Amino acid sequence: MTQPPPKSDGRLEKVLRAGLFAVTAELNPPDSADPHDVFDAALVLSQVCDAINATDASGAHCHMSSVAICALLTHAGYSPVMQVSCRDRNRIAIQGDVLGAAAMGVHNVLCLTGDDVTAGDQPGAKRVFDLDSLHLLRTIRTMRDEGLYMSGRKITERPRLFLGAASNPFAPPLDWRPHRMAKKIEAGADFFQSQYCFDVPRFETFMQRVRDLGLHEKAYYLVGVGPLRSDRAAEFMRANVPGVHIPDEIIERLRKTPKERKREEGKKICVEIIQQVREIEGVHGVHLMAYRQEELVAEIVEESGLMSRRRIADRSAPNSWRAGRRGSARSESHAGQTQPGEKQ
Amino acid sequence: MGISRRIQNHPRMLAIGYRANYWIAMRLRFLIRLLGAERLARWLYAPEEFSKRRIFDCRMCGQCILHSTGMTCPMTCPKNLRNGPCGGVRANGHCEVKPEMRCIWVDAYDRSQMMTTYRDELHIVQPPVDRRLMKTSSWVNLMTGADKIEVAGWDDSRESEV
Repeated sequence: MTQPPPKSDGRLEKVLRAGLFAVTAELNPPDSADPHDVFDAALVLSQVCDAINATDASGAHCHMSSVAICALLTHAGYSPVMQVSCRDRNRIAIQGDVLGAAAMGVHNVLCLTGDDVTAGDQPGAKRVFDLDSLHLLRTIRTMRDEGLYMSGRKITERPRLFLGAASNPFAPPLDWRPHRMAKKIEAGADFFQSQYCFDVPRFETFMQRVRDLGLHEKAYYLVGVGPLRSDRAAEFMRANVPGVHIPDEIIERLRKTPKERKREEGKKICVEIIQQVREIEGVHGVHLMAYRQEELVAEIVEESGLMSRRRIADRSAPNSWRAGRRGSARSESHAGQTQPGEKQ
Repeated sequence: MGISRRIQNHPRMLAIGYRANYWIAMRLRFLIRLLGAERLARWLYAPEEFSKRRIFDCRMCGQCILHSTGMTCPMTCPKNLRNGPCGGVRANGHCEVKPEMRCIWVDAYDRSQMMTTYRDELHIVQPPVDRRLMKTSSWVNLMTGADKIEVAGWDDSRESEV
């Protein structure tokens, strides 16, 4: 990948630019006002991943907000990926939140359209969808690269952000999905985090098209993975979580497993998927989503053989969890650029 | 619904209609000077709504991009997406929000593939909707240029010249 100057000062971008296999993980936002619920969860994840995703009321269920989680995480020295969904806020609120997030030390923003309100437990809420995910990408890119709000008004200090987008290779229209990824890159995406991948052959077909279009050289791709708790949980997810595709074979395999070993088997499937997608050209990392099973994340990373990578990543991006002041962080990131990462 | 779907499944014919419409609108711009945009909007709003609602289930957003989206109205998407499908499309191609409805972007993609002239416009990053233009006539906005919204980050490449 040709290396233009880095867009952020964060660890995630550094690790990816160094050619290392990145690991991100989703923090399950608490339904509480206790900051320690966030810190406890982050401590488990931070030991094995390069960035922690703070979800924005995913599945249209209300939890602690992503801005607040990011405030806590950056204060504690972690570098989160702030997820921004277009469902709940209009363009004025979102631009303000993004600027504030960058000021707090957030280096990564994931731009999402968001699940509809009907997917959640408060389906009577008003849906906003003032922007869509591509509008959001282009808007933040303009704030970052040109220092302008949507209106054209100037921003004095530009937010330095690494822009992420979602990708779902498993939802129709399948032929369009790679082109949609191209369109998101065109709108401003620097990296992608995908929906849960349980169907590796279908993902390989998608990735083939992505490579044909040359997109794997224009943006980084992190494949979404996660452990299934049981066959019933898998069936529930398939029916109720928007955009999740789980092949029958996976559910069948879990069904055949005795009850007490289902959790173990779900983890094993996850590890196998990680090892398979890692071999696919154009995959730059994995994004772990272990809903209410965060304690499994460390085991999964360990068992997939990604811990050795972690030690190299620590060498190539030392201390970069800390948000740091702009000046020092910037010079550090340029230093990181000249140091070629060891390809694993 | 049956008839309008059948009409919409001929996007090439509709695109010819769009071009003719565009051509006429551009040549009738003198009417704005003659009658004033306001009066023209009063006259044209009803016929536009009548025809487009029946064929496209048009929502009168006042900034029509039908020809760029496979002659399928993006405002009929429950999330009002202007740039393509969300990740929640069901395996059978139906909508995440309304399970009984086919995803309008699945239709839009299939129809755009049948088109010749505006086929690749599906890949243009469309700017956000100007909510002030909701419930106004896009024909008049086209004539006055009111639908060419200036948004930082988008150069004015939205309206392809015919």
